[in-house]
Amino acid sequence: MKNVWVVAKKELRTYFTSPIAYVVIVVFLVLVGFFYYNILMWFNAQAMQMAQNQYYYSQININQMVYQPLFNNMSIILLLMLPLLTMRLFSEEKKIGTEELLYTSPISVNQIILGKFVASLLVLLAMLGLTGLLSIFSFAFGNPEVAPILNGYLGLFLLGAAFIAIGIFFSSLTENQIVSAILTFGALLLFWVLNWASNSAAGAWKDILNYVSFLQHFDNMTQGILDTTDVVYYVSLAFFGLFLTHSVIQSRRWR
Amino acid sequence: MIAVDHLTKKFGDLTAVRDLSFKVEKGQIWGLLGPNAAGKTTTMRILTGFLPATEGKASVGNFDVFEQPNEAKTILGYLPEVLPLYPDMTVTEYLQFVAAIKKVPAAKRREAVGKAVKVTGLESVKGRLIKNISRGFKQRVGIAQALVHDPLVLILDEPTIGLDPAQIIEIRSLIKSLRGEHTIILSTHILPEVTQTCDGVVIINEGRLMASGSLEDLTASIRHKEGLLIKVRKDSPDAAAEIRKIAGVDKVEAADGELKVEWKPGLDLRDDIVRLLVEKRFGLLEMRPVAMNIEDLYLKIVSGGSEQ
Repeated sequence: MKNVWVVAKKELRTYFTSPIAYVVIVVFLVLVGFFYYNILMWFNAQAMQMAQNQYYYSQININQMVYQPLFNNMSIILLLMLPLLTMRLFSEEKKIGTEELLYTSPISVNQIILGKFVASLLVLLAMLGLTGLLSIFSFAFGNPEVAPILNGYLGLFLLGAAFIAIGIFFSSLTENQIVSAILTFGALLLFWVLNWASNSAAGAWKDILNYVSFLQHFDNMTQGILDTTDVVYYVSLAFFGLFLTHSVIQSRRWR
Repeated sequence: MIAVDHLTKKFGDLTAVRDLSFKVEKGQIWGLLGPNAAGKTTTMRILTGFLPATEGKASVGNFDVFEQPNEAKTILGYLPEVLPLYPDMTVTEYLQFVAAIKKVPAAKRREAVGKAVKVTGLESVKGRLIKNISRGFKQRVGIAQALVHDPLVLILDEPTIGLDPAQIIEIRSLIKSLRGEHTIILSTHILPEVTQTCDGVVIINEGRLMASGSLEDLTASIRHKEGLLIKVRKDSPDAAAEIRKIAGVDKVEAADGELKVEWKPGLDLRDDIVRLLVEKRFGLLEMRPVAMNIEDLYLKIVSGGSEQ
């Protein structure tokens, strides 16, 4: 565990001494802020109209009308930005030759992988945590429910963790950071829309495609549903990504 | 301290190391010598546990690098051919990170880093980012990195590559100062490096062991003649004729304004020759031994191929 933290600390230092982490966090916050502002403006206009009518007035729901679309937008931004956070993790070690230091040190490959994973998770936490400041406005001028919001954030975190694990896997495949980012981006997008194919699929395939796609599971979480199926899905996806990374690194050395 | 036993490494069809065996005793410095692509780096990578061997065994200390990799890696310091430096870290930060992954206890890390910085002469740059320091300093950071956890065994792949002559001398004397406490293997294709720093040498070519042993043994094995190169002011044929008269001299030949005198090993005719030259007033300007050393052996092996 100590070794994992040593590697994580080193990665965090690299993230924050180079501009990578700042740029990713700032751009993420600017985009999320922009989406939040626009959704909130739309919600205000909508709420004004709905207040005219007794029935519609009872239907106004800030969780559903603001947070649900906001979480969906945030997930897309994460899909675009997290590959940039993970692309260098193993590619760079390979390119500049520092992998020789890591693999000749008395720490295991698992500890190295986990250390890098933890560092990226912490940057993800910072990204998500800072967007929490936006909710000050929601709570100051409205009364959203807390639990579904937290559930949505949990969903974003789990989704992000899975993205990061997949990104780490692609980073271990190549010493070129751009290639690593593009492969990650392509894979994530494919996973995202995989359930589109379920429309034309039949039988068990339909269920499989739906299960494997990010979308279904994420929708549940933004709607405030906390289902262990979804949690298990993301956790196992993250685990699978890290496991593949381990296999790639080991097999490359044994070849 | 270091033992390599019938080691073979194949990359697909390419055999980089074939049936290589050698041993290095505790506290000695040995050179791994060979032309480019001889298998030096591969051998070192196997010894450090970076690459697994196809066949054979390697051990460091009492630990087999395949069976007990973590124990072996703990007592081992490694300077790879490509310096494993993080350009965005300062020298101190980097060495602290290395100390941490090499299992130096947290309480002793500062001291360990301080010592490595001092030994390698990095005090003036320790607060600077690695990307901003010169090549010579980077090389020293590489050596400091290998030393920081005070390992019993040091494996240095081309430690003086890319340095200027003054820096090469500094690094060599640094390596020599580590003799005794540390057992060191260094690879090189620079011959004087071996004769100046090493106790023994392993010569490999195309992955095969060509020769190994202490420097004295190896040079003795090829030294079938002793000789001197002499320069006299009056380059007269008389000098050659007079020297030829000394008992034991085999051959005297003039070349490039110098006289090359050879005699059988076991004799020492230097006194006699000098006395003669001084008494006859030939004007002795220069006298040096004919190089009959590891370079000859190396060139013979590498160019001759099968000769041993």
